[in-house]
Amino acid sequence: MSGATPTALSKQGRARRRQELVQAVIVPLLAVFTGLVAGAVVIYLSGSSPILAYRGLWEGAFGSPRALSETAVWSTPYIFVGLALAISFQGGLFNLGGDGQLALGALFAAAFGYLLPNVLHTEVPAVIHLPLTLAAGALAGLMWGAIPGWLKARTGASEVITTIMFNYIALLFVAYLLNGPMKDPSPTNMLARTPQIAETARMAPLFAGYRVHWGLVLALITAVAVWFLMGRTALGFEIRTTGANREAAEYAGINNRRVIVMTLALSGMLAGLAGAVEVTGLYYRHDVSYSAGIGFEAIAITLLGRNQPLGVVLAAFLFGAMRSGASRMQFVAQIPVDIISVVQAFILLFVAADAIVRYIYHIRAPSEKPPLTGA
Amino acid sequence: MKTTPKSAPRRRRQSANRANMMRYATVAGLIAFLMGITVLVGGGSDPAGIIVASFLATMLAVSTPLALGALCGIFCERAGVINIAIEGLMLAAAFFGFAGATFAKAAGLPNLPSLLAGVLVAIVVSVLFSLLHAALSVSFKINQVISGTVINIMAIGLTGYLHQVIVFRGLRLPSAGVLPTIRIPFLADLPVFGVLFRQQPIAISALILVAVTHFVLFHTKWGQHTIAVGEHPRAADTVGISVKRMRYANVLIGGAIAGLAGAYFTLESVPSFQPMLVNGRGFIALAAVIFGGWMPVGAWVATLLFGAAQALQINLQYYSSSLPESLSFLRTSQFVGMLPYILTVLAITGIMGRSTPPAADGQPYEG
Repeated sequence: MSGATPTALSKQGRARRRQELVQAVIVPLLAVFTGLVAGAVVIYLSGSSPILAYRGLWEGAFGSPRALSETAVWSTPYIFVGLALAISFQGGLFNLGGDGQLALGALFAAAFGYLLPNVLHTEVPAVIHLPLTLAAGALAGLMWGAIPGWLKARTGASEVITTIMFNYIALLFVAYLLNGPMKDPSPTNMLARTPQIAETARMAPLFAGYRVHWGLVLALITAVAVWFLMGRTALGFEIRTTGANREAAEYAGINNRRVIVMTLALSGMLAGLAGAVEVTGLYYRHDVSYSAGIGFEAIAITLLGRNQPLGVVLAAFLFGAMRSGASRMQFVAQIPVDIISVVQAFILLFVAADAIVRYIYHIRAPSEKPPLTGA
Repeated sequence: MKTTPKSAPRRRRQSANRANMMRYATVAGLIAFLMGITVLVGGGSDPAGIIVASFLATMLAVSTPLALGALCGIFCERAGVINIAIEGLMLAAAFFGFAGATFAKAAGLPNLPSLLAGVLVAIVVSVLFSLLHAALSVSFKINQVISGTVINIMAIGLTGYLHQVIVFRGLRLPSAGVLPTIRIPFLADLPVFGVLFRQQPIAISALILVAVTHFVLFHTKWGQHTIAVGEHPRAADTVGISVKRMRYANVLIGGAIAGLAGAYFTLESVPSFQPMLVNGRGFIALAAVIFGGWMPVGAWVATLLFGAAQALQINLQYYSSSLPESLSFLRTSQFVGMLPYILTVLAITGIMGRSTPPAADGQPYEG
């Protein structure tokens, strides 16, 4: 391009920016739209009314202040785990262990939340107790992400398989504790859950009477922090370089092994924090039923958000809205909430294979492919 | 050093053989160890011979879906396509196969034809999902791990949704039962170890398919072409092998085998469908592929180890009353239940022997 004149460059630059805009905004939007249409077809084929279903979904997600609050509640863990995956994807690694990291984070947070006052035989002030509880969860997730990272760096063991195996190990471990040593001892309790955490370890609701809590604010702050980390710090640069081209990174003097461990550790930390936030802000205890599947749903969120913090936050709100609307949809249209997973799978399909979307809507292909979704 | 063109591959083969032998010995030792625990725990209630025989029979039965899943992985990866969708393929096949058998039964067919119809549906559905994987990863050239994840999430969503639809509508459907046990003549009548030779059809076909896959890969032109496409697609293309066609075909063959694995869950093991019934076994099968060095027999041996871990869990549950108080935590299913997953992690870290994947594994071919 050395021969290009300044005017040619700016024209080129403008065209390029337009292309980037199409790529970053319009293609994901069309993917979501196409996913919803495909979901409607499935609903129709299984003998229900898609219109009734989507009206219920919309009302349940946005129809009232309470619905909006529920949407925000659902979005909060999605933002954390989506950011966790964004870091790992930018580093060229697949952290598919979000579920296990989240469950361990929730477990450790719950343990700190209810055991600390018991162990110390005194009430711990909230300014110490709450941060400590959140840190415990984050640390548990960090550890559970770092081990597969270390195994990858040391032995080359594929993180795709190890992180998934670590999910099962963590979930069984949590199930053991919640059914045994950490089970809520109150005589009426029949469920696999811990006792409630102390008041001092809880995050307050944002508005009285609604479930949305300060965890949402923390999630948004975390998104800014991740944006800063990935875009403005040396570590972020190293992670992105290793992700783009491992050999080139090695050549540039980056210690790939260290970066791999750091990437998965950071990623695990955010997933663990998601669990801790759920415990301290929403449920006030750990209960095995609520974490399942977020780690995999977050894959779609992250790809939809194109691995960027802002995109992840927006995609997380979309998925949160679908989850929060799903129970109303099930109520009014008698359609099982599971249809949401089908719609999400279609969205993931169309985001990942954006060539399909471009083919359907006659959009020209970009000159460069994004990382991970491209060849 | 004199290296004639002939001796280098032979030397490589010899060292590969030695590594394989080491790996087999490790696996045999571990299986013996797990079996030993079972005999120690159950020895008070049953004679050791019976326990060993039933342990081995359980091991063979529960390793069936793993072995078939591993064969699916081998066909795909030997052709250069990573398939982490085995989990989803099995789940979809398990659901639709079960639905197929149930509806066939409801339509008035007797049990066995219904079940066979179910197996056929399972295979067809799995092949269709594999076609999607092949299209995404071979034609659209999107990242193969993502393509596999798409199918996994799709399978979880679709089967969970349709399962709930059936539950919601309160449909009462007749059960076709499970596939009948086949008694291998003479051997099935052996006194203690006869139980090993009384197996169900999918378990038996898994063993046959291991041998068939070995033969196809290493003794036929098809296998040569498959391996060529997975190792050096450019060279294969140059000599006139269609990379695209071979990859599509092998992914679909793998899909058919994964469909059979899915059928095992609902048509051979238990006559019911649970949304999470595959429970990571698709991924364990992939680990078996890696551990077995992308060889059918090697992968099968690895699946026996995972089968043994599961057999231990089943046996400990059975004998839980004879566990000493100091080991009472083993009475809960969770700790022993972790064993297959921990073994999987160990297996792919290379602690028990390393192996090299096909050179072009996971790389789309820009033809």
